[in-house]
Amino acid sequence: MAEAETQAKQVKPILPFLHIPEDENEEPYLAGSKCKSCGATYLGSRMACSKCFSTEPMEDVKLSDKGELHVFSIVHQSAPGIPTPYVAAIVDLPEGVSVRCNIEGVEPDPKNLAFGMPVEMYTEKVHTDKDGNDIIAFKFRPAK
Amino acid sequence: MRDVALLGAAMIKFGRYPEKQVHELAAQAALLALQDAGMTMADIELLASGNLYQSNAMIGQRILKEIGQSGIPVINVANACATGSTAFREAYMSVASGAYDVAIAVGSEQMGKMGLLGGGGGGGGGVSPEGIVGSGLMPAVFGMAGVEHMRNYGTTQEQFAKIAVKNHKHSMHNPYSQYQVEMSLEDVMNARTVAWPNTLYMCCPTGDGAAAAILTSMDKAKQYTTEPIKVLTSTLTSDPYTERDLTMPDVNTLTKNAAKQAYEDAGVGAEDLDLVELHDCFATAEMLHYENLGLCGEGEAGKLIDEKETYVGGKIPVNASGGLLSKGHPLGATGVANICEVYWHLKGQAGNRQVEGAKTGLAHVIGLGSACTIHILQK
Repeated sequence: MAEAETQAKQVKPILPFLHIPEDENEEPYLAGSKCKSCGATYLGSRMACSKCFSTEPMEDVKLSDKGELHVFSIVHQSAPGIPTPYVAAIVDLPEGVSVRCNIEGVEPDPKNLAFGMPVEMYTEKVHTDKDGNDIIAFKFRPAK
Repeated sequence: MRDVALLGAAMIKFGRYPEKQVHELAAQAALLALQDAGMTMADIELLASGNLYQSNAMIGQRILKEIGQSGIPVINVANACATGSTAFREAYMSVASGAYDVAIAVGSEQMGKMGLLGGGGGGGGGVSPEGIVGSGLMPAVFGMAGVEHMRNYGTTQEQFAKIAVKNHKHSMHNPYSQYQVEMSLEDVMNARTVAWPNTLYMCCPTGDGAAAAILTSMDKAKQYTTEPIKVLTSTLTSDPYTERDLTMPDVNTLTKNAAKQAYEDAGVGAEDLDLVELHDCFATAEMLHYENLGLCGEGEAGKLIDEKETYVGGKIPVNASGGLLSKGHPLGATGVANICEVYWHLKGQAGNRQVEGAKTGLAHVIGLGSACTIHILQK
């Protein structure tokens, strides 16, 4: 049985700060860390605070799945094999963290995007790696 | 720290040299700079070589094998797009410190048609997050930086395009420029979009090139010339903590910090500058740096280009060389070439693009990741 377990298909995040709970009933979320000294909040974990240099272990934070569109670009030319056009964006989360992401669910045209517009995160499988694992990515879309 | 002079500078025409090796391009620039300074390799006490994509290939030593193996110390430098200007700074520091009297900085790069830069890395299961989790490629990074200026100040795509029109026009008078093609506002606006709001002609090309500079103590320089060009400051900063910097490189704070330090160190202000060569990797970038370098107030950059004040003949000419947009951006060479352009203007050797009576000029470079250099030269 042990052998079968090691070969079991896994679900893996595309970036380490996307946390996928073991319980399938729980939704994946962006994991952050907050400096206990100055309150600066980061995507993922850090060895020390980049703002105040405190080395005290940080507080783990579950980041909100809702945010606001800060800025964007419409990418028409990318590296080989990457489909275009698409909306590349920076989304601000209420915890004071910003996230680089794609905005889906709208035609990639500046007129469909507004500064500060509310957006929400969702996840989907984007790839199966060579070992058969599902690779999960987070994306944002206009909030419902 | 003692005063340092820029005694000689040179560059080769940027372009594509598939038949050459990169150290040959570098050696060619080095020999031209030595000739300009009235020196030979026998006079050089230290070499700093800037090259990014072959930074593990000992380009500095390979230059010496081509033009003179004197056994001097060689430093090979990599610092993203600020690679060349950081090599210049290494040469500057070695002279300013008093350790050496004469040093050469050589920047070189051979990119060919290598495509878009940046991004990549960090994906799970060997999957690149590029295009799935936004974009880390330079066109999108600088597209978004421009869009932030739109958000803050109502800047338009047309205003960004006007910057490209200016730099392409300036390039017409620069025989060292990779491209010398004048373009109308319509040409720039109607070109295909790479990453909105930047169209193709609002993005710098990749290419090959090299540039070199000879730095000496002021006393040494006076043995060679009655009008030495003084390096008033050599400033280097990295990106400090700002709220979005880890997600969206904050090129603004990076450059503002460098400008503040540079002006204090040099004892001059933006109002004293006769010309500026700044890092227009994209048209959007140039707009931001008008404000970051203090050439105008916050939110006034759009007006500055609308009123054509950054044309040669305007209040503060910017990128008389044609900028990276036309002149090209062979990464390791760029920072030295920018300084070379300012040097030529101060010497009155800039041909038909000469900024008349130029006495003080600034060369600015940023490397994403991030590094910012500012050098201010004075006649």
